[in-house]
Amino acid sequence: MALAPVLEARGKAVALMAHDIDTDRIIPARYLKAVTFEGLGDALFYDERFDEAGNSKHHPLDDPQHAGAAIIVTGDNFGCGSSREHAPQSIQRAGFKGIIAGSFAEIFFGNSTTLGLVCAVVDERGRAEIAESIAADPSAEVVIDVVEQEVRVAGRSYPASIRESAREALMTGYWDPIGELLEGVDKVRALAAKLGHAR
Amino acid sequence: MSQPRSLFDKVWESHTVGKLRNGEDQLFIDTHLIHEVTSPQAFGMLADLGVSVLMPERTFATVDHIVPTHTRVEPFADPLAAAMIAELRKNTAANGIKFFDVGGGLQGIVHMVGPEQGITQPGTAIACGDSHTSTHGAFGAIAFGIGTSQVRDVLATQTMAMSKPKLRRIEVNGELRPGVYAKDVILHIIRTLGVKGGIGYAYEYGGSTFDAMTMEERMTVCNMSIEGGARCGYVNPDATTFAYLNGRPYAPAGAEWDEAVARWSALASEPGCHYDDVVVFDAADVPPTVTWGINPGQAIAIDELVPSVENSAQHDKASVAEALAHMQLTGGAPIKGTKVDVAFFGSCTNGRVTDFIEVANVIAGHKVHPSVKAIAVPGSHLVKLECERLGIDKVLKEAGFEWREAGCSMCLAMNPDKLEGDQLCASSSNRNFKGRQGSPTGRTVLMSPVMVAAAAVTGVVSDAREVFGAKGAAA
Repeated sequence: MALAPVLEARGKAVALMAHDIDTDRIIPARYLKAVTFEGLGDALFYDERFDEAGNSKHHPLDDPQHAGAAIIVTGDNFGCGSSREHAPQSIQRAGFKGIIAGSFAEIFFGNSTTLGLVCAVVDERGRAEIAESIAADPSAEVVIDVVEQEVRVAGRSYPASIRESAREALMTGYWDPIGELLEGVDKVRALAAKLGHAR
Repeated sequence: MSQPRSLFDKVWESHTVGKLRNGEDQLFIDTHLIHEVTSPQAFGMLADLGVSVLMPERTFATVDHIVPTHTRVEPFADPLAAAMIAELRKNTAANGIKFFDVGGGLQGIVHMVGPEQGITQPGTAIACGDSHTSTHGAFGAIAFGIGTSQVRDVLATQTMAMSKPKLRRIEVNGELRPGVYAKDVILHIIRTLGVKGGIGYAYEYGGSTFDAMTMEERMTVCNMSIEGGARCGYVNPDATTFAYLNGRPYAPAGAEWDEAVARWSALASEPGCHYDDVVVFDAADVPPTVTWGINPGQAIAIDELVPSVENSAQHDKASVAEALAHMQLTGGAPIKGTKVDVAFFGSCTNGRVTDFIEVANVIAGHKVHPSVKAIAVPGSHLVKLECERLGIDKVLKEAGFEWREAGCSMCLAMNPDKLEGDQLCASSSNRNFKGRQGSPTGRTVLMSPVMVAAAAVTGVVSDAREVFGAKGAAA
């Protein structure tokens, strides 16, 4: 049950340079009151983008220069807090293919990889330069190269690291593990019998 | 003589089904907990795959995030909430999953229900689509918050794919000072190590301070492991653990109990086992701690000054500026005396009977300040009943707290309990993120339940030891 390999994420980028952007901010809890993930793309960063009357706060995501962006560049510990998969779902459904951060919160990282969303770590200086390139030319194409583990923009390249297990999964098309997990069900039954029931 | 091993290594290895192509482990999950917010899409994915729940007897459900706490009359006023609970009823019934529903007497926050029922047991691997699943680590379980795709994975295969994190031992030794609580310990740890300090790690909490803690206190600490960035956090099982579990509905009984205790005892980390990192704290250094900013690591001692942008490290300046602006605080000013609009006492961090006893002990004879809205929300229906048996509900109501039904309430505001406008909330919950408590401009100051009581009484962020005297200083 291999899926399409994800070898790169490519497109225009938007810089959201704060650290510790939590999943409540990415997708406020009121948008979790649903039984599907439909429509979550519109609610991405909603309270950062709009005031309580619904007026635009001129967030970079709503800047026409960044329309159609596919890459987010951000700070450390992106996606911390709540385990809600709604966060990477909303990012992906808003059209993003990859995120460049200083680090990623663990659960967010796992949730994103399972969706085929590329999470790459670039050091602070590299991210600052990438953000400068985007500011200088918002139409500049940013490439996260999963195979070469580098980010390229404006003729320059920056070392990027992607956790090896995630990189391998993306490159081989096994980023959603369900198929492989299902293959192991006989072994799971045997282990369950050996461990015994917890109760 | 084999190498000494940690509990984490033992449980991880015994639960590994095999290696996946990408090098991750396929990890067996003994116990899966689900709730209404992160499970409906997972059942939908199962249907799309044409797969059924592999081991329905290993999944337990309850409803907590969206339930109103001021009424239990259905249908709920919010049609979205009604639809979510209906979906969970349908999915649990169709798949033969035990559901602790409202009205059944055992409903509560999912992280309260597992321990109360004895479902949470030492040496097990536990998963739940909620980041505060780390709470269950208090029992010597390895307990992971997961996303909805992983809820699907566990329902379909009773396993999930995961890379083994490194292990950090966080040791706290000695006696806590009077007026210092488990909540202060974990806030102090997160403040010191940072909200991203735990990335890539599982945390083992050890040392004489944790040894002396009740299970409820250990749950408070493990609950907020995720706030420190750790993948999970646990305390080795001991006599305190076993005494808590003995006689609970799903705990082993009779001869099986003795066998289980022997097995659980052997799981504890062995002296000399390998840790990738060790951090040691002195309990005497832990002050009553409150947050001043917009993440749980932005915390200070109650008598400390709020940090200023100028005095912050270069890396933190922008974050500090953003936090000060949101919180409407001035760098260099005291946090003590900051006006409070709402006092929220509850959540999976601090909604247990022992928390309510501590607050009842100090607040008797005091009145909530007229400008403060104060709500007390038991973490589970069983907590509510026990508090009512002890007369704690009366003490709190006499003081001016509203006494509510069990649920997540104002911790995350997916129900009618929300901040309005830029209200400032003294909160015993776990997250002070922007907008977390339901208003985008709302402000949260995290603290222990006794400190929430002190803030409720004075109408400002206060040192409980000063407000309640010797009573507030009883640890």
